[in-house]
Amino acid sequence: MILHSRRRVFHGLAFTGLWVIGLGTFTAYPVLASLYYSFCDYSILQRPVWIGVENYRQLLGDDVFWLSLRNTLFFTMLSVPVGCVLSLSLAVLLNCEVRGRAIFRTFFYLPSIVPAVASSMLWLWIFNGEYGVLNQALGPLLRPLGISPPAWLGDPAWAKPALVLMSLWGVGNSVIIYLAGLQDVPRELLESAELDGAGPLRRFWHVTLPLISPVIYFNVVMGMIGAMQVFTQAFIMSGGPDGNPARSTLFYALYLYSTAFYDLRMGYASAMAWVLFILIAGLTWVAGRVAARRVHTSS
Amino acid sequence: MSEAGQSRRRRLVLTGASLALGLIAFAGGGCGDRSGGERVRITYWEKWTGAESAAMQAVVDEFNASQDRITVDFVSVSQMDRKVIAATAGGNPPDLAGIWLPYIASFADCGALLPLDEFMRADRAAESPVPDVAQAGSDFLARYVPVYAKMSLHRGRVYGLVTTPSTVALHWNKTLFREAGLDPEKPPRTLAELDEFARRLTRHDPVTGAILQAGFLPQEPGWWLWANPLWFGGSFMDEAGEISVGRDKANVAALRWLRGYTDEYGSDSLQRFTSGFGTFGSPQSAFFNGKVAMVLQGVWMNNYIRQFSPGMDYGVAAWPSVREGDGGGAPFTVAEADMIVIPRGARHPQEAWEFIRYLSSANTGANSREKLRGMETLCYLQEKNSPLREWSPFFSGHHPHPYIALFRALAESPRAQFNPSMGIWQEYMRELNTANEKVRLGAVDPETAYAYVQRRVEASWARHRASLARQQAAASENPSPP
Repeated sequence: MILHSRRRVFHGLAFTGLWVIGLGTFTAYPVLASLYYSFCDYSILQRPVWIGVENYRQLLGDDVFWLSLRNTLFFTMLSVPVGCVLSLSLAVLLNCEVRGRAIFRTFFYLPSIVPAVASSMLWLWIFNGEYGVLNQALGPLLRPLGISPPAWLGDPAWAKPALVLMSLWGVGNSVIIYLAGLQDVPRELLESAELDGAGPLRRFWHVTLPLISPVIYFNVVMGMIGAMQVFTQAFIMSGGPDGNPARSTLFYALYLYSTAFYDLRMGYASAMAWVLFILIAGLTWVAGRVAARRVHTSS
Repeated sequence: MSEAGQSRRRRLVLTGASLALGLIAFAGGGCGDRSGGERVRITYWEKWTGAESAAMQAVVDEFNASQDRITVDFVSVSQMDRKVIAATAGGNPPDLAGIWLPYIASFADCGALLPLDEFMRADRAAESPVPDVAQAGSDFLARYVPVYAKMSLHRGRVYGLVTTPSTVALHWNKTLFREAGLDPEKPPRTLAELDEFARRLTRHDPVTGAILQAGFLPQEPGWWLWANPLWFGGSFMDEAGEISVGRDKANVAALRWLRGYTDEYGSDSLQRFTSGFGTFGSPQSAFFNGKVAMVLQGVWMNNYIRQFSPGMDYGVAAWPSVREGDGGGAPFTVAEADMIVIPRGARHPQEAWEFIRYLSSANTGANSREKLRGMETLCYLQEKNSPLREWSPFFSGHHPHPYIALFRALAESPRAQFNPSMGIWQEYMRELNTANEKVRLGAVDPETAYAYVQRRVEASWARHRASLARQQAAASENPSPP
């Protein structure tokens, strides 16, 4: 019996060993090393020198750090709720019994599989202030009101909202998850509500929404984690790590990247990475506390 | 266990062992010595693609054919600076790397580069007495035009040598000058003239008032906006080596001039107009498609005009002086260069140095294309000025760039400037560019903008120097193994 169970352990380790080694070498070790480096003066090319909490102390007084944090929170607070409402609305529409439903579902999912760099290049043209398709469409609508459409990525006031708008392009993933949730809503509950005289809006508000609240919770948390780490779109669309124009799109991950790889301050960047980790963990905890009161669970 | 079971297990173990051995062999092969046969193979990473890369490949081929001991493998690599850092940190750097000038100081401060003056001194081992390192370095650099020699030095040591030099000049579209009633052969000579010509060359839509064509825009392409304070006679560092950007009045004057263009055209109109500009390497670039009549651009511009706006009638002249007679009449320019370096930990530093030495030389008696060597082959094919003081008759007489004599004169000007050699220059330049942009957009006034840069960079400079001292102390306590 003991021999048998030992053999099972051996087999288990044989199958997972490579993965465990990979995880340990390429994830766990770098993560723990970055925690150590966050307390060091470290440029990646020299030995780390222990400086205690100096990096964290400098972060408190670094106004570009605070600016990048504000920019990131603005992006998160705008893109996550708007993305959530849009993707849920799309999912509800795609859940309707209409002809060609599968085609519509594919159509809305397609942008999610376009690589971020390719879609960023496309959106650069869409947002072009003079020739962009967006302003070509908005121009005639706004002209009678005496307003000109904004220069989007060229205007510090509009650059972040432009990136939020662009982020909506990739809602296909969460639409699919919402769709799965909507299809799990028991038909008999909706029918009972209908028999009790509830209209479509009341059925959605009082039956569907509570039943898919765990899915909403999941999508909000995942969206928030992604938005706090926004990098690729901003890097490409602002033309580098500076967050142009005038640092209006300098997000946390961009500042972290330029600190690490342009200024070669790996210790300081590690401290920033840990602060971001704690922030995301904190926000997720808050979302969890809110969910505990609001999210419907079958138990 | 049955015999079949045992045999299966044996097969599994054997397969696993072969896989592991294969992996080890693969990893070993990736990191092993790359010398093969009698020639030593060395790797050279360069960031260029296209014509610049082809020119460097030609010099590499020339070097490989010139001797039978070393073969240089030339590889074009994107995002060079970060890859060199990662490879050097990982202990497996290339033998040679081509990096931008502004990175030299920060890389050197981190100990990523081998000082080249050690090789220069070793080359003179037969002399008696052998010169010291500083003397050997300065003797070697004497072959370069002073501005390119100076940019090779950081903290008194040579960490890289110039490969692709450039200077920057005013380029103007003669056709647009004619259309505006200006003499196409007379570019602006002073800042006042530049502003005046810019006004005359600017056209607006008569109905909407939108800008259709701008005479000049400082932000197009805006790559040297950081250098405007130097143009205005200001400074980034004082004689004591302290940050001076917020203290020098000339710097603020440069920002005020920049702001003047936004005031003239209007911030919103400018944003809309400039957002329609294509990227530099495209026919939609503002100078190529006639949206902007005058730009400050580098020696490479002739190449790009031929490619993206063939047949354009254009002229090249020195930057206008800020005031009449500035600098005793010597023209102002920004000099830049790519630098070739040997990363610390390179496997074949001596062979790498031999290639650099070849690249840093030329056949000064060359009277035909075939006789050009080293630096002149490179700069001829890249259509740039040679950084060496002496040019061969063929190189100076048959250079493909019609304005090469001007770029040579600009490089030799006592007012040819380049970025300060300091380990935090990346950060300094970023702060300057952000200040420029904020002022241009009207978000902040010039004095406040540079006062902020002064405060921020001063703190970074103090921190950087403290870090250098800390690293030096740590290195002397625990010296690295040889």
